[in-house]
This record gives sequence, C-alpha cells and structure tokens, in this order.
Amino acid sequence: MNQTLQNNTKRKKERRYSINETKERRRTFYFLLPSLIGVLLFYIAPFAVVIYYSLIDNPIQKNFVGLRNFIQVFNNSAFRQAARNTLTFSLAAVPLVVLFSLLLAVLLDTDIPFKTQFRTVFITPLMVPIASVVLICQVLFDYNGAINTMLVSFGSLPVDWMKSGYAQFVIVLLYLWKNLGYNMILFMSALSNIPTDVLEVATLEGCGSVRKFLYIKLRYIMPTIIFVSILSLINSFKVFREVYLLTGDHPVDTVYMLQHFMNNTFNSLDYQKLSAAAVIIAIVMIFIIGALFAIDKRFGGGTEE
Amino acid sequence: MTGTDNKRYRSAAEELEEKRRRSRMIHRKRRIKHGIYVAVVCTFLLIVSLIFLFPIVLTITNSFMSQTEIAASYGKIFSSLTGKRVFVAEVVHLKLIPDMVSFSQYSTALIKSPDYLLKFWNSVLLVVPITLFQIAVALCASYALARFDSKFRSFVFFAYVILMLMPYQVTLVPNYLVAGWLHILNTRWSIILPGVFSPYAVFLLTKFMKRIPSAIIEAAKLDGCGEWKIFTRICVPLCRSVIWSVAVLVFIDYWNMVEQPLIMFDDQEKYPLSVFLSKINSGDVGLAFAVATFYMVPTLLVFLYSEDYLIEGISYSGGIKG
Repeated sequence: MNQTLQNNTKRKKERRYSINETKERRRTFYFLLPSLIGVLLFYIAPFAVVIYYSLIDNPIQKNFVGLRNFIQVFNNSAFRQAARNTLTFSLAAVPLVVLFSLLLAVLLDTDIPFKTQFRTVFITPLMVPIASVVLICQVLFDYNGAINTMLVSFGSLPVDWMKSGYAQFVIVLLYLWKNLGYNMILFMSALSNIPTDVLEVATLEGCGSVRKFLYIKLRYIMPTIIFVSILSLINSFKVFREVYLLTGDHPVDTVYMLQHFMNNTFNSLDYQKLSAAAVIIAIVMIFIIGALFAIDKRFGGGTEE
Repeated sequence: MTGTDNKRYRSAAEELEEKRRRSRMIHRKRRIKHGIYVAVVCTFLLIVSLIFLFPIVLTITNSFMSQTEIAASYGKIFSSLTGKRVFVAEVVHLKLIPDMVSFSQYSTALIKSPDYLLKFWNSVLLVVPITLFQIAVALCASYALARFDSKFRSFVFFAYVILMLMPYQVTLVPNYLVAGWLHILNTRWSIILPGVFSPYAVFLLTKFMKRIPSAIIEAAKLDGCGEWKIFTRICVPLCRSVIWSVAVLVFIDYWNMVEQPLIMFDDQEKYPLSVFLSKINSGDVGLAFAVATFYMVPTLLVFLYSEDYLIEGISYSGGIKG
C-alpha cells in the first residue's frame, strides 16, 4: 500500500517532468520554424513541382507522359556531352584534390618551421574571388600567353590551352588552387584529433612513421576522407563558375558543363527538359552520396567513441 | 692481479666510450636525416606556396601599372581574345613589378567610370543581406536542432545535409519556379531569399551547438532563464567564434556567385561584379586589374582579421554526423 503510493507519486513526478519537457520541446520547435518554412517554400515544395513537371508534357495541357521527358534528355547530345564532361572532370579533380590536400596536411603535421605561415598561404586562395584571378589565368594560358611564350622559347610548339582538350587541365588546376586549402584544414584537424597515446604505443613498439600513417592515422581520418570527397564532389559541380568566367557562354566542347546545359535550357524556357535534367542530377547525386555514406559506415566506424 | 684488473677496467671504459660514440653517431645520423627531411619538405612547401600566391600577387602589382604599360605587356593577349588565333612571335613578359607605380587605374575605375562601382555595390547589396539573415535564421534553427534529440529533429538535420550537398544544377530550378510564383524574378529578392534559407549555416552551427554542455543550460534554467534567454544569453555568445567563421564562409561563397545572377537576372545592370568582371573587353584591361584587386580587398581583409576563427570553423565542419 505504502509502496504503491510511493510509486504513484514517483510516476506523477516523472509525468510532470515530461510535461515540462514536452513544453520545452515545443518552445524550442518555434526556433526551427522560420528556417523550416523557408526551406519548405524555396527548396522542398518547388522540387516536388519539378518532379511533377518532369512527368507531364507541358504546363498547360498537363498530360501525364511517364518517362518520355527523361528519355528525351538522355538522348539529347548536349546533355550527354555536358554529363560526360562534368563526370570526367569530377573523376580527375576529386581524387587529385583529396590526395594533394592530405599530402599538404601530413607535411604540415610534422615537425617543420613556419607551419602557420604555410597554412595561411594555402588557405588564402579560398578567400580570393575567382573573378579576380581569371585575368591572370588569361595572361598565362592564352594562345599568346606567358606559358606559350615560355614553351616556344624552349623550342616546342605553342599549345592552344583554352580552346582545346587542354582546357580541362587548366580548369582542374584552377579547381585545385581554390579547394586545396579548405580540405587541408579538415585533414589537419582530423590528424590532430588522433589520440596521442595510440601513436606513442606504436612508436614504442617500433613503428616507423610510414607504418604509423598507413595503419593508424589513415584509419582514424577515414571519415574525414569520405567527408572531403563528398565536399570536393559538390565543389566540382560548381566549377562552372571558373569555366564561365574564363571562357564565357560558349566554351570549347571539352569544358561544356552541366550548368551550361541548364543555362541554355533556361534561356529557351523548356521547363520539362529542365525539370527532367534536375531530377536526373538529383537522383545521381543521391546515389553517389548514399554510396559514400555506406563506405563511411563500413570503414569509418570503429574509431569513433 | 692488479694488472688484469686494470685491463678489465680499461676494456670496460673503452666499451662504454665505444657505446657512447656509437649512440652519438646514431643521434647525429638521425639529426642529419631529420635536417634533410625538413629541408626537402620546406622547399617543396615553399614552391607550392609560391605557386599559390603567384596569381594574387601578380594581380595586385599589375593593378598599379599604367594603361600604356599594361597594353605594352599584355595588349596582344586581350586583343586576340575574340579574334582568330594567330600566334604572334612576340614575347609576353610577365611583369611582377611595374616600371612606375601609378594609381591612375584606380582613379579611372572608381571615379571616372561609375559602372564598376555600381556593380561592386550590386555585389554588396546581394551578399550582405544574405549573410546576415542566413546566420540569424540558422542560429535559431540550429538551437532547436541541437537542444533536443528526437526522430523528427534528426530527420530534419539529415534532410538539410542532403539539401546542402545538392549542386546548383538541382536547386536553381526550384528556386527559379518559386521566384516566378512570387513575381520576384529579375529582382534582388530572387537571389537573396533562397540564399537566406540555404541550409549550409544550419549544418555548421548545429554541429557546434551540440557541443555546448547541457549542464550550462540546466543551470541557466534553474536561474530562471526562458528559452529565449538561454538562446540569446548563453548559446549565441558561446558560439561567437563559429558564427564569425560561418559568416566569413557564407560571405565568400556568395561574393563569388555566378550561377544565380545569370539565371535570375535578365538585365545586366543588376549583375554583381563577379559576373561583370568576365565581360571586360580589350580596351579596359588595365582597369580590369585594378577592379579585380578592388574586388578581392574586402575578402582578404576579412580573412586577415579572422584567420584563426575561420580555421576553427572549418575544422568543426568535418564529418556529416551531428
């Protein structure tokens, strides 16, 4: 009897507490509202409409046509070209940027002088607007530019950098220049978060620095590698900026990016094509990100507390 | 007896000496090895940093050249940009240091031709509101997301992450549709509003706010703080450095923008300087360097002022999980 009473008051206390907490939860929920409404209004709801548009023939008649728009986009040679270019660019640029930024971070992690100065230099490009350095790129890589002048003085033929297959190469360089710093910082912070006792034990057991890197550090920074890959992939989709600023609306075929295709389709106001293309890109992105998350789950676990 | 003892002592002493010498040798070898390593790494990093700084320094120094000097150095390049591609055997010199420092480019760019200043102002009008309001909205949202854990909240956070990872090719079409519905196409709002609700800042701030120990919040609650007071008096001040770095990152991202204005704006009058700089024709090359330098000054200043915060903020952005 006595015990049940006690239990009752206990339960009452618990319930009162939980009511309090639900109140609090509700109150904090209001903080989320502005952002949630904005995101729903500007991103989620219109994206639902985009999906709807990709399935009908035109906004006036609204006949359901199934996958016809998608097939049309897939058969569009400009879209294929753009997708191929963007994909090759990403496949070239993302591994390069991950490797180089990891290399820089590892080098800066060792015992060398002027660490902070080097670090500052490497993240400076992050803060420089691309539009500002485009001029210099033109001076360097133009057909009559400084690099060709140098090549000719060494006796080789001039290369038409911006109007041939080499344009991809120039864009990759520019992308590396811009993105190395940010990734390097991510890697540096990951490296400094590795527990030192593990490394000390390894040193006592006679591990060399190469082994320590391969077997310990690499394992600990695996989640960061995945994250940096995702970020770099996203940024490689943004490289249209550099291409546009360097070559304008109509670049050579090799650097015709997906965003060029979107811009041209915007100009012709073909909503169906546009929506189908956006949906396709979204699906591909979700697949890639999902795959990277899966890799993260497979290899990234185990080191996190 | 004593003789053998002496011998033994001597040999022991010799052995010790030998040992010491050897360890000294190893030590010295190791030091030399380390010295070589440091030298190699430093030269490598030095070369890389020279490459990194080269375009920036060149832009800045070239902005102090006079129009005639620029034309003499690079005139050939920019006059042939649109024409046919003939290789002229003339040598193009990259000039690091101008023959004569002149501010004439700046005075023409900033005073005599108001076009550039107007475009610069366009950039400011777009970027400053986006940065301020995105931070404000994101602070509230991240407070809500970090304060309590629930299935719904982690779902929202996950959705924001996915949205953040979507490229412009995906998000610009929905943004364009909404701008059409709200009749704000071709106005600044069509870029500002989607920018304000961009999930990037929410992601970063939530990750940081989750690190605030709940004991502090409990203590504030016991002292009679409401949610709003906890938010403004405790969480926001604790996040100050991260807020600053997120603001810098958002600012630089939008300062660079190219995609949105190309799609949302019909008339080029509203273009920000980032887009406009690429449309410079051959006559204005000298000016262009001055304007380019002028355009990177705000971001470089912000960077020099906030480097440590920025690095701290970037470090927190690693990893998807909250």
